[in-house]
Amino acid sequence: MAFKHKHLLGIQGLTPSEITTILDTAESFYEISTREVKKVPTLRGKTIINLFFEPSTRTRSSFELAAKRLSADIINFNLNSSSTTKGETFKDTILNLEAMNPDAIIIRHSCAGATHYASTFSRSNIINAGDGAHEHPTQALLDAFTIRQQKKDFKDLKIIIVGDILHSRVARSNIFLFGKMGARVTLVGPPALLPQEFEKFGVNLDFNLDRAIEGADVVMMLRIQLERQAKNFFPSIREYRNIYALTAKRFRQAKRNAIIMHPGPINRGVELSADIADSAKSVILKQVENGVAVRMAVLYLLLGGKEREAFD
Amino acid sequence: MKEKIKARIMDSPKIKRALDRMTTEIIERNRNLKNLVIVGIRTRGIYVGKRISKLIKDMEKVDIPVGVLDITLYRDDFSELEAQHMVKKTEINFSVVKKDVLLVDDVLFTGRTIRAAMDSLIDLGRPKTIQLLVLIDRGHRELPIRADYVGKFLPTSKRENVQVHLKEIDNTDEVLITEPPGIK
Repeated sequence: MAFKHKHLLGIQGLTPSEITTILDTAESFYEISTREVKKVPTLRGKTIINLFFEPSTRTRSSFELAAKRLSADIINFNLNSSSTTKGETFKDTILNLEAMNPDAIIIRHSCAGATHYASTFSRSNIINAGDGAHEHPTQALLDAFTIRQQKKDFKDLKIIIVGDILHSRVARSNIFLFGKMGARVTLVGPPALLPQEFEKFGVNLDFNLDRAIEGADVVMMLRIQLERQAKNFFPSIREYRNIYALTAKRFRQAKRNAIIMHPGPINRGVELSADIADSAKSVILKQVENGVAVRMAVLYLLLGGKEREAFD
Repeated sequence: MKEKIKARIMDSPKIKRALDRMTTEIIERNRNLKNLVIVGIRTRGIYVGKRISKLIKDMEKVDIPVGVLDITLYRDDFSELEAQHMVKKTEINFSVVKKDVLLVDDVLFTGRTIRAAMDSLIDLGRPKTIQLLVLIDRGHRELPIRADYVGKFLPTSKRENVQVHLKEIDNTDEVLITEPPGIK
């Protein structure tokens, strides 16, 4: 089926069959990265801008490789070197970049809704690479792709997402995605980082990791954002580690063929014990590898075809 | 909108005879059959390719591997399509470097698919030669491309369509000329 959206702003606006289309397309792109000539001419002549108002290495370079393997031209703008530091507004920055006729702009911004706002006035295809604590759709898609590689089907999978749910855009996008695909999701974390409102999304909440992990098919750990620790969401890193870190002992309570995921960057010895991070059950590096294929699929689906209706 | 069938050009025995004849030509022309590999273009080129491989096996007892090529990413009309085509997998589990590659498709028309297929193939490695086999050549070329082995030359008008049906996916072996409805 055809993919009709002009922008990719979040998982929330996608239907299950559109998600399946993206994942199926990514299957085909996966093979390209294993070739000796890792490049196809599909997006030749297209220009893509990576506009990052927040630091990122993984997502930015993953998008960059994806674009290059499709033969698009891509340039990177980072906050430090751009003119927002000289007082230019977000809108003016985008309008100025757009004057150079790019076809797509990939945006990461610390404000939730920034990419949606950009899509209201931009002519280009806008792709959300993370907006505040709102959404990070390509991360959720690559997580789904990785799970599908291992588990074939989402129906009735038990997925637990552990850690700083409050600040995590990855968690939000994944909650939407896993819910649409029919998985059972449980969120786990200390009360201050696990808002009760999330029950509205049809997920379970649990403050107790030892209880929640029983029978899980997928254990997704989130990074504890050490820089936020100053705000005292939990008493100490040490206490957090005692209660919420994934250790080999805890992981034994999950299903035997369970997998360990993490969107990265990991804090070795904080949310993941070192042996768990390197365990054979960890698909963390697989996630990074799959990210390129998934982003190639997203670029291909958005940039192909004639002008289409804007995102609803 | 169902296409109107104008003529049934080939049936199962005719397709079989054409494939037999082309197989003989392939064997004549490729002294070193062991260096031959077959690459079928999605979708029906795959099945034509597999049949040719089987016929060579029957006649000469040589196993010819068959790969699958998806040319979507190499199309030249990418920006003009209303919606993008679904990309499917390219599955070529052998090296094409220094091989004699037999490219196989069901219908040869404008030649643009074959141009895309050759570009795609060369990105996978440098074959020694590329030969082209098609079941039907319906004319109207837009590029300087011709087939080495042709099952049947079929002069058509541009508004007509040629449909090849193969047992493997269509439950029947036949070649039809069809026309969009509403045209006299």
